Amino acid sequence: MATDTVTLKIKRGESGGASRWEEFRVPRKPMMNVISCLMEIQKHPVTADGRGTTPVNWESSCLEEVCGACTMVINGRVRQACSALVKDLSPKGEPITLEPMTKFPRERDLVVNRQRMFDALRTTKAWIQIDGSHQLGAGPKVSQDDQEVMYPLSRCMTCGCCVEACPNYNDRSDFMGPQVISLTRLYNMHPSGRMQAGARLDALMGAGGISDCGKAQNCVQVCPKGIPLTESISVMGRETIKRALFGWLLKG
Amino acid sequence: MAAKSSILTQSNQVRRAIVVGGGLGGLMTVIKLCEAGIPVDLLSLVPVKRSHSVCAQGGINASVNVKGEGDSPYTHFYETVKGGDFLANQPPCKGMADAAPGIVFMLDRMGVPFNRTPEGNLDFRRFGGTLFHRTAFAGATTGQQLLYALDEQVRRYETLDVEDDRGVTVPGEKMVRKFEFWDLAGLVLDDSGVCRGVVAQDLKNGEMRAFRGDAVCLATGGPGLVFGRSTNSVINTGSAAAIAYKQGAIYANGEFIQVHPTAIPAADKLRLISESVRGEGGRVWVPKDRKDRRHGRDIPEAERYYFLEERYPKYRNLVPRDIASREIFRTVIHEGYSAEGEQAAYLDVTHLCKTAAGKSAVRKKLEGVLEIYEKFAGADPYENPMKIFPAVHYSMGGLWVDFEKGADGSLKPGSARNQATSIPGLYATGESDYQYHGANRLGANSLLSCIYGGMVTGPAMAAWRDAQPQSAFDLSSTLFDTEHKRRVDEYAALGSRSGSDYSVNPYQLHEKLGEMMLQKVTVERHDAELDGVLSSLQDMKAQWRKAAALDPAAKGTINQPTVFLRHLDGMLALAEVIARGARDREECRGAHYKPALDPELHPDDPKAVGRDDARWLKTTLATFDGEGPALRYEAVDVSLEPLAKRDYGKVSAAKPPPGEAAAQGPANT
Repeated sequence: MATDTVTLKIKRGESGGASRWEEFRVPRKPMMNVISCLMEIQKHPVTADGRGTTPVNWESSCLEEVCGACTMVINGRVRQACSALVKDLSPKGEPITLEPMTKFPRERDLVVNRQRMFDALRTTKAWIQIDGSHQLGAGPKVSQDDQEVMYPLSRCMTCGCCVEACPNYNDRSDFMGPQVISLTRLYNMHPSGRMQAGARLDALMGAGGISDCGKAQNCVQVCPKGIPLTESISVMGRETIKRALFGWLLKG
Repeated sequence: MAAKSSILTQSNQVRRAIVVGGGLGGLMTVIKLCEAGIPVDLLSLVPVKRSHSVCAQGGINASVNVKGEGDSPYTHFYETVKGGDFLANQPPCKGMADAAPGIVFMLDRMGVPFNRTPEGNLDFRRFGGTLFHRTAFAGATTGQQLLYALDEQVRRYETLDVEDDRGVTVPGEKMVRKFEFWDLAGLVLDDSGVCRGVVAQDLKNGEMRAFRGDAVCLATGGPGLVFGRSTNSVINTGSAAAIAYKQGAIYANGEFIQVHPTAIPAADKLRLISESVRGEGGRVWVPKDRKDRRHGRDIPEAERYYFLEERYPKYRNLVPRDIASREIFRTVIHEGYSAEGEQAAYLDVTHLCKTAAGKSAVRKKLEGVLEIYEKFAGADPYENPMKIFPAVHYSMGGLWVDFEKGADGSLKPGSARNQATSIPGLYATGESDYQYHGANRLGANSLLSCIYGGMVTGPAMAAWRDAQPQSAFDLSSTLFDTEHKRRVDEYAALGSRSGSDYSVNPYQLHEKLGEMMLQKVTVERHDAELDGVLSSLQDMKAQWRKAAALDPAAKGTINQPTVFLRHLDGMLALAEVIARGARDREECRGAHYKPALDPELHPDDPKAVGRDDARWLKTTLATFDGEGPALRYEAVDVSLEPLAKRDYGKVSAAKPPPGEAAAQGPANT
């Protein structure tokens, strides 16, 4: 296999339409990632067998793996295209396959509609309720230990890797996904966020909530930020059980 | 009927304001509008949680003086204007520095997981441009964490009902309606030139739609993509600002482009390595032997040239960004030093990681940054010095905005003039405005200026709206239909560009533009080269007219190549503003540096004036004359502090440094 070029096999298609595979060959450069391959195709939209085609549509923004936009399935594994380096994916010139995520409706080529994840953040009241942005003095004190738990949880980019890997997240289920459960843990840990903990737990105990988790534990293996998703699910599992058993006593 | 008298029109339409852009500046503006009871339509190119603010790493400045060093907002103000080489208007900078501690407290209340002291207080770190611990941080992804906090607050407003003037809920109407994956296509200006709304395009299906707004804000970020590869997100084309400029808004100080000293070169973008790395003790060096090809870690201490430390013994590795970038550029490009033979220098934290405890401390504070190096450069930065080179990072210039000065000499909150562009009813905030950073931005001031800008813009828009005799929602639809049709036709014309008349690939044209701008309009600028750039830009504009729609058949669906034609048009317009401003400014100030005018290089040349306050203490104002930019200049408000020499070799005597190392480098955010 040639190592002066990169071969890409890309699954393309329209919203609701059939898929087709197109193969491309682009010049190999140092430190190349999947995004720079797609950029090469924009500049030379010609397939490997020399047919003119259209540039591939995909979603991207930061290219530093902090925004979550460029998530797709690369060589069968869901991840961000920006941090997918050619030298790792194709050390000897093996073809690289790109496919859109499967758990969301395809809009075009590698672009899918992930609105469902943002809707879930509304359902679970994923915010700290403040009295206003005006001056009310310093915030609550937080211990270093708590900060070290909260900060990693807060790095969730809503990218969708965890739900792509989750067998219980699909168009036949309402499951909101591990990312939402983990973020609920974050808000419920915060000294003032805790004051609305009950309402968030109620949302997790409702439709599409924590009971839909099948404990497959795939999520934690694909999270690009290494968020302890299964730990969060188990912590929130205990919290929801406590609330189910004793919530009527606590008024919370 | 005045807009202020009713939330609803007679046909029960909700009167809204419009914010375009969902980064920190836009979201803060939305929050302030909602708090003022004004419902908002929020338009964004991407889901707002994916905005470019996520890329800010190092932190946010606020003189809380938590370490008891005697820091104060006034010192922060002074260091900001000095860092900007005195080109920023001083009243808004004073307002920003004064508001900073309150902003950080607000963010803390919103749940940003800032790093903490053992007592549970906010921790602050050292950054460039100051002697004090002034930068609050959440690991090394502070921008991401701040953006998420504001995103969450706005999400809450997406669930809150609009109430009419009697406090009755308006069925089905929420305080914030988000339009994500929408691109600005045009401003709706009435016969008196007042902005009454926008036309925007749904990128999912190409649908063009007119939005009415009783005030409009652009919070659409900087134009980094004009330079091809930069530290910016790929959405940062400056398209929205360019559209406003072409419709009459003044673009100010375009030539002031910050080049960050430390980034990782790559084919798709140049990834930033935060200045916080140097704030926490990272050192910049090159091998003393210019022919040394060994790995950085194999080069003994005695054979390393710590050029920043030698040239700036007090500020060492934390000289301001413009200075550090020039020094690295000079050392590598002109003096021929290299890292493993590549055009790069080393940024090194390995000396901090010799012990397990040291490594763990570095990891806690810098993990988010170092992990970028590990993932993208494929080497472990705890063991290997990082190879870095300067990269275009931030635009100090942007849409010109006004301010009103209060009796105390600071910005007067609540005035409708604050953050107002030269188009009445149109506001700008965040990196898309020009207001707070002068000729060079200090590190960790960008997150602050975005949020402060938003805090000022919301109330300014509310004041503007309340003062208007007629609401946009009571105007004839003809006005909106006309601009709508114009933009529909324009897009249709772009989309039908196929065949032999359209032989230019727009992405190749963009690559050419970027390479030229990067080589000739960044760290060092030469008049002859700038003349060449201006002439080439005319050719490129002609080529743009021949640029093809690469997917002409795609209608009613995502069509990224056709939308890119619009953005490329905007980039070419702003490139000309930037290059023209650079050509005409005959001095060295902050990020704008012409070697021919540097008195250090030409001590005997009377024309080598360096910074020339007598002639050039002026804001550049660019207006679009139908073809390109026409420049004029206005005075800078320096009413609070007298000008001083911007000298980082000698520490200002105003405050004794707490400790020995005097850091004055803009930190990275």
